[in-house]
Amino acid sequence: MSERATRAFDAADPEDPDAADTDSASEDAADAEAGGAETGAQAVVAALERAGAETLFGVQGGAIMPVYDALYDSELHHVMMAHEQAAAHAADAYGVVSGTPGVCLATSGPGATNLVTGIADASMDSDPMVALTGQVPTNFVGNDAFQETDTTGVTAPITKTNYFADRADTVGDTVGEAFAYAEAGRPGPTLVDLPKDVTNAETGGGSGEPPRAETPDTYDPRTAADGDAVAAAARTLERAEKPVILAGGGVVKGEASDRLREFATEHEIPVATSMPAVGCFPEDHELAMEMAGMHGTGYANMATTHCDVMLAVGTRFDDRLTGGVETFAPEAELLHVDIDPAEISKNVEADVPLVGDAATVLQQVDEEMDRSPDCPEWREQCRAWKREYPMDYATPEDEPLKPQFVVEAFDEATDDDAIVTTGVGQHQMWAVQYWTYREPRTWVSSHGLGTMGYGLPAAIGAKFACDDQDVVCFEGDGSFLMTLQELSVAVRENLDITVAVLNNEYIGMVRQWQDAFFDGRHSASEYEWCPEFGPLAEAFGAKGFTVSEYDEVADTVEAALDYDGPSVVDFRIDPAENVYPMVPSGGANGEFALSEDQL
Amino acid sequence: MTGELRGPAPDERPQPDGRRNSQGTRIDPEVEAEQETRTAVVSALVEHEPGVLAKVSGLFSRRQFNIESLTVGPTTVEGNARITLVVEETDAGIDQVKKQVAKLRPVIQVGELGDDAVQAELVLLKVRGEEPDKVHAITQMYEGQTLDAGPRTITVQITGGQGKIDDAIDAFRQFGIIEIARTGQTALARGDTPTTPGEEPGHEKASDERRADDAPAGTYDD
Repeated sequence: MSERATRAFDAADPEDPDAADTDSASEDAADAEAGGAETGAQAVVAALERAGAETLFGVQGGAIMPVYDALYDSELHHVMMAHEQAAAHAADAYGVVSGTPGVCLATSGPGATNLVTGIADASMDSDPMVALTGQVPTNFVGNDAFQETDTTGVTAPITKTNYFADRADTVGDTVGEAFAYAEAGRPGPTLVDLPKDVTNAETGGGSGEPPRAETPDTYDPRTAADGDAVAAAARTLERAEKPVILAGGGVVKGEASDRLREFATEHEIPVATSMPAVGCFPEDHELAMEMAGMHGTGYANMATTHCDVMLAVGTRFDDRLTGGVETFAPEAELLHVDIDPAEISKNVEADVPLVGDAATVLQQVDEEMDRSPDCPEWREQCRAWKREYPMDYATPEDEPLKPQFVVEAFDEATDDDAIVTTGVGQHQMWAVQYWTYREPRTWVSSHGLGTMGYGLPAAIGAKFACDDQDVVCFEGDGSFLMTLQELSVAVRENLDITVAVLNNEYIGMVRQWQDAFFDGRHSASEYEWCPEFGPLAEAFGAKGFTVSEYDEVADTVEAALDYDGPSVVDFRIDPAENVYPMVPSGGANGEFALSEDQL
Repeated sequence: MTGELRGPAPDERPQPDGRRNSQGTRIDPEVEAEQETRTAVVSALVEHEPGVLAKVSGLFSRRQFNIESLTVGPTTVEGNARITLVVEETDAGIDQVKKQVAKLRPVIQVGELGDDAVQAELVLLKVRGEEPDKVHAITQMYEGQTLDAGPRTITVQITGGQGKIDDAIDAFRQFGIIEIARTGQTALARGDTPTTPGEEPGHEKASDERRADDAPAGTYDD
């Protein structure tokens, strides 16, 4: 940091006894408070502070050093992660739980490319996130300089938008805009690439103008749906005989969960959810059909297949939800609410497009409806499907431990607002199927990208977003092995999180598919040797447990949750257990398999 | 038992009669037909900033849109540029093209041009120079210009709509076309209709003095 910049920050520190010694120092302090930063890096930090960021997740490195130097004098809490991928996942989860963008930092080149998986994950799930990457100095850009990557080029397809910050005078505004952009309308990740000479450069003395935190003029999402479309939707719903609400992640992101509950209960319409929407409607409610799709409940898939009207809110109709589109809700008139017009009729054609904010449009439709659909028989049919296709599993005491039992044990031992994070694989599906979610923003998982290793860094990010709630991370052995180095971060930050490894010594979901579709040829899915996660956790400084018997589960769950700090329980589960129901990829949701011989 | 669940097997369950096509549209199986593609000219008004063309073209490749041509150039409004895209897609695909382009941050407005839009393309043709008189005659026939003429090659320029350009190229084949360079279509809406919705054209003038001229408002010939 230049001497001048150092003086400015010293002066801005209210606890610095020298701060008011001179007039010029006072002016500097006023400038700094107003965001009139001395260097590009200070402008970046000032912009984050002004935008409301509190916690940052990142990894140091050469090209991002000026920003870290500015952070040294900031109140922002920086969490030093073990790997940039984990920084991005932690920021993503922070965004999911808090509803405000999580921030991650990395240096140029490998730092930036290591963020890519996490940015792509946030992009697929429309999670608000701001990524700041260092870049080589502008006069080196394009020369294949040391640790140079075309970061804006690499991340263009996986960000909502990205910026190459080419001037110190405007870099603060750019970061402010990136932050506002990430959470406005349909949320998503944004990225600002910060060349080292720009963050090092003086900004021209500080204008006194605080960095802006506004979206650009070209971004103006519509919040209320077109009146004619609302009327059409209301009339369609009024005459529906078999209506279903399909809630997507947009319900959670649009803070529309309460409105959805009111709407569904007032009009007595059954509610199915996509995976990102889990928690937006209480799963123990009479109208809850729970999650639909590949590993959704049988009753959710029957209801969405046989409905005659579907009110889809904030879902992008991912193929894991729809199965083959030819057989997805094949007889339903589709009323599609989304704040992103490009999602309307992208995968499934909407009969009535309702472009707008989920909460606003639900309110509009509700006000427009003169009566509720008259469909007691349909509701009875939905209840009958719940009885016909129960989510269940066998637990004879002499069998190897069932993963579903472990999930239920944690659910019983925690409050309704406990947050669950997961990796990706069979354990993720058991965690979503056998935990009863009642509140939005309590289910944090990698949906669209399906990133193994998401669970532990997500638990770290979630804990920072909401430190008064229990955080339980379900991981598989394969998934956990991908990012378990982040245990070092959890220990260093003394985070009270519990990791439950559902360990079957397989890449379990791959093994399940190999059994079903590849004649049981377990190519590269079996761990012939796997570390013992209990002692491994102890080596990191966390609390470790190992459980293989049913009668050890309850006490260990209790002990792990009670431990004040990160704990890891290695549950040795039945290696042959598979996830059902299952709709084979591209298959018909209504033809879900209940066992392998039905695939 | 490993994960088996209770309930009627798939073939014991009722299944709906209806279905959708591969684009997700509900259909009557009796009258199912593949959606036809058509050519659409899409005009996007964008902020003229570095990388904007890469953002648009990258969007096309990663979303597998079938692009015929793409042209870009500044408009009368400082800092703005117009990108003209010609795409060959189904109606649903064209709708997606417009919506996805509109989502990009530097994009201000997107519009699709009607069939009556003013469209033009420029082509440079290098042909063998053995019969200069005949080449000249064809060039004149298509209101073109000769840009370079030598003993072995003649290079001409033709502008116009896509059909005219295609016809001209066919006509020059008799001489032996050595090289060809086409710019792709660019287009503006006809008359007072804005090319992108809500677009307010800046009436570009050469200088303040000339603004006092009596040229009718809204023309570009002053």
